[in-house]
Parts: sequence; C-alpha cells; structure tokens
Amino acid sequence: MADSDNKSHHQKEKSNALSTALDMFVSQLRTMALVLKHTFTKADTVEYPEQKPYLAPRYRGRIVLTRDPDGEERCVGCNLCAAACPVDCIALQQTIDEDGRKRADFFRVNFSRCILCGFCEEACPTYAIQLTPDVELAEYDRQNLVYEKEHLLISGVGKYPDYSFYRHSGIEVDIKGERKAKGGAQQEKPPINIKGLMP
Amino acid sequence: MAEILFKLLEITIIIALLIPIAAMLVWVERRMIGIWQDRLGPNRVGPFGILQSLADLLKILGKEDWIPPFSDRLVFIIAPVIGAVCVLMSFAVIPFSPNIGVSDLNIGLLFFLAMASLSVYSVVLAGWASNSKYALLGGMRAAAQTVSYEVFMGLSVMGVVLLTGSFNLREIVLAQESGWLIQTQFLGFVIFLIAGIAESHRLPFDLPEAETELTAGFHTEYSGLKFALFFLGEYLSVTLISAMSVVLFFGGWLMPEPLASWLPPLVWFILKILFFVMFFILLRTSLPRPRFDQLLSFGWKYMLPLALINLLATAAFKLGGFYG
Repeated sequence: MADSDNKSHHQKEKSNALSTALDMFVSQLRTMALVLKHTFTKADTVEYPEQKPYLAPRYRGRIVLTRDPDGEERCVGCNLCAAACPVDCIALQQTIDEDGRKRADFFRVNFSRCILCGFCEEACPTYAIQLTPDVELAEYDRQNLVYEKEHLLISGVGKYPDYSFYRHSGIEVDIKGERKAKGGAQQEKPPINIKGLMP
Repeated sequence: MAEILFKLLEITIIIALLIPIAAMLVWVERRMIGIWQDRLGPNRVGPFGILQSLADLLKILGKEDWIPPFSDRLVFIIAPVIGAVCVLMSFAVIPFSPNIGVSDLNIGLLFFLAMASLSVYSVVLAGWASNSKYALLGGMRAAAQTVSYEVFMGLSVMGVVLLTGSFNLREIVLAQESGWLIQTQFLGFVIFLIAGIAESHRLPFDLPEAETELTAGFHTEYSGLKFALFFLGEYLSVTLISAMSVVLFFGGWLMPEPLASWLPPLVWFILKILFFVMFFILLRTSLPRPRFDQLLSFGWKYMLPLALINLLATAAFKLGGFYG
C-alpha cells in the first residue's frame, strides 16, 4: 500500500516536472508573441526639438520678474525669495528711490543652481517673481546661466494682471507722475488725526 | 592562376560585404528593439538613422585604445582577432547561391563546428588576459556554456547529415530540392537554433557578457577598436548562425517554384537570413536571462537527451525506409 502510494506520488512528480517544463516553454513563446504584437503599436516617443510637448501655463520653468499694470517693477527688494530659496541661487540688494519707492538695486538668479521649486514665487508678497513654462535653459558657458535683473525683467504682468502693490499699500509714492498721498490707496481709509479730540 | 585570382576576388568581395552588413545589423537591431519597445530607436544620422553604425564607428575610432597595464598584453591583443577571424572563416563554407561560395569543402559542416569551437578561445582568452574579476567570470561562463552547448549542436545537425548523406553544405542544400529539411528535422532545428544562440552568446544566453551582473563580462577591459572587433564578431556570428539554419533546414537559396522565379537565389537566401536575424533580435527584446546553473542544467538535462532522441529517431526512420 505504502509502496504503491509512494510510486504514484513519484509518477505524479515526474509528470509535474514535464508539464512545468512545457509550461515554461509555452510561456516563453507567449512572451515573444506579445512583444511581436508591438510591431504595430505606435511609438510613445515625442521627438523633442521638432515636436514640442505641451507645458501647462503653471509649469515651473525659467524665473521672471514681472511689472505691475502701470509698467513699474513689482519687486520691492524684500529678500523673502532669497530667504526661501533652498539652494541660495537668488541674490539681491534693496534700494529706496527719492519718491519712497523700494526697488532691487541688483537682482541675480543663478540658473545653474536653481532647482525650479517655485518657493520664491510662493514667498513673494508682491507677485513680482514668477515661474514661466520655459524650460530651454541650456547654455554652452556656465556663466551665461547667471541672469541679471535686466535679463529677468519682463514688460508684462505675468499671472496676476490687475495686481499693483503700490496702489494697495499705504506708502507715499509717485504713480504715473502723480503723488499718491497717505490714505490714497485702494480700500484705504484717510489717515486719522490721533491727537484730535473729535470722535 | 586566373582561377586563383578570381577566387581571391570573390573572397574579398564577400568579406567586404559581410563586415558592413554586420555593422548595419547594429542599427537594424537598435531600430527593431525600439519598435518592439514602443520607441523609435536611432533615427537621426542619415535617412531613418541608417548611418548610425558609421557614426558609431567614427566615435569608436576616436576613443583611446587602452590596454590595461595589469593585463597579459599579447593575449589581450590577439583574443578579439581570434573571434572575428573564426567567424569569418566559417563563412568560407557557406553556399550563398548556386555559383557563389568560397569553398565546397566536403567536410563543410565539420569545419563550421570546428570554427565555432575555436571561437570560444577568443572569449576565454579575453577573459583571462584582462586579469580582472568581471572579465574572468565572463570568460569562465563562456567556456562552460559554449562547451556544453557545442555537444548537442553537433548532435542536432547529425540528423541532417543522416538524411542528406553529406557533410558538404552545398550538397545538403541541393538535397533539399524536393523539400526543406525542416519538415523532417523540426526538433533538430529547434535544438540547433537554441545551441546557436548560446554559441553566439546572444540574449537570452548572453551570460558571458551579462551587463547587469558582470559590467560587460569578458570584454569589460576592452575599448576602442578591439571592443569594436568583439562587437563585429558577435553580429557576424548572428549572421552565421542564421545562415547555417537556412542552409541546413530551410533549403538555402532554394524556394518552391512559383516564388523561386520572382527573385534571384541569392536574394532569397539573404531574405531567409534576415528572417532569422529578426528572430534573434526578437529573442533579445522579449526573453529574460536565465541563471547560470539553470542554463547549464537546461543544456545537459533537456537539450542533450532531446538531441539524442532526435538522432536516434531519425536513424530509425531512415533504416525503416520512411524517407524513401
């Protein structure tokens, strides 16, 4: 009894080995057939320089400095972008004009360091620094990747067409040659004489 | 005298055509693998990237041809030459068409097997002379693999010899006029093809190279023109194994009648070879590489018995008068 059991078990194992060998062989053939089918599928390749892939408007590429609707620089040189930058690729210096307007004296972005993370854009309180969907930053010379303010400044308003920091803020500046006094900004109340006694 | 000159001219032409064809195969392979992997493959140099091999050649000529100071210098230089020469020698016995072919050696098949055995030296010596562990492992694998697969490669073609009664490749082709040998020797063909893949160490049997585990196996230390020579040898042997499969099992330049008159015999022969080259490339794209012990046990435990059974059955049928 035990002997015949053993024998049948042995036979079973043998036929199993044969069938697994056959299974393996068939599986190899099946793999080849499946690969061969791909002769007729379209290639996924995008032939890049000729065929530009779509980049969404919010794609994080080259950094620009935008202007407000009046055509003035939005950047007030507050340094928050440089502080937020994880790779320290932004360098700038603030100056104050005679009319009280704050600007960046120089503004330098080193694109050989920049990781296009967009933290500077998030940190910017005046929507001045923005990322654009341009990724073609290749240069033969490393020095050419250091962009100065004149390279970064664009003539447009970027993503926020109506926003103007100085028209909102309570700082006394000239806007289009006209003096904007204290209390003259949008949604700003006229200044209160805190020493007056009247209610 | 004129006859010898004519023969020399024929040899020169065949070599001068074979080497560019082998180089072109690199491009064909990369394009085909690209297509099967839903990519495009190299398509920049020339129309459809057809000049890619030329660009590769120029690049490889510009590389430093470095001989490692720790290597066995003489053997290191000779090894790639042995490989390419052995494969080119094998082409001497291939009958390309009714009147093209370098030699009608009456032991042509044995000559092919001998050259296949000799080309192992190229790989083993390269692995040994490089004096580096990856190269040595690759060379060792090549030795074991090629020696074990040669055994049943020889046995698998003996069925063909039995049926045609000749070792002369031209006579083997002519004996298939009534019908290709694939009809009666299907098992022999499958075994021969598997052994051929292992002989030319192409994927899935590329264990001597095995980039993923051995850097580049036996040619890890090679660069420049010597590396190119190994590459050339590999693609030539792909062509050779394809040509041998066609000659032994698919009637060489012969074609059934309505088709035969459409194209010259040489073109049919080349088309058949191309079919097998494509098959080699398809194998490379689709199959994974086995483990080394799996490879050897597959050879000795399955392929060798199968080859023996095939030979025995063929002999029995032949004796029984099955083939007339």
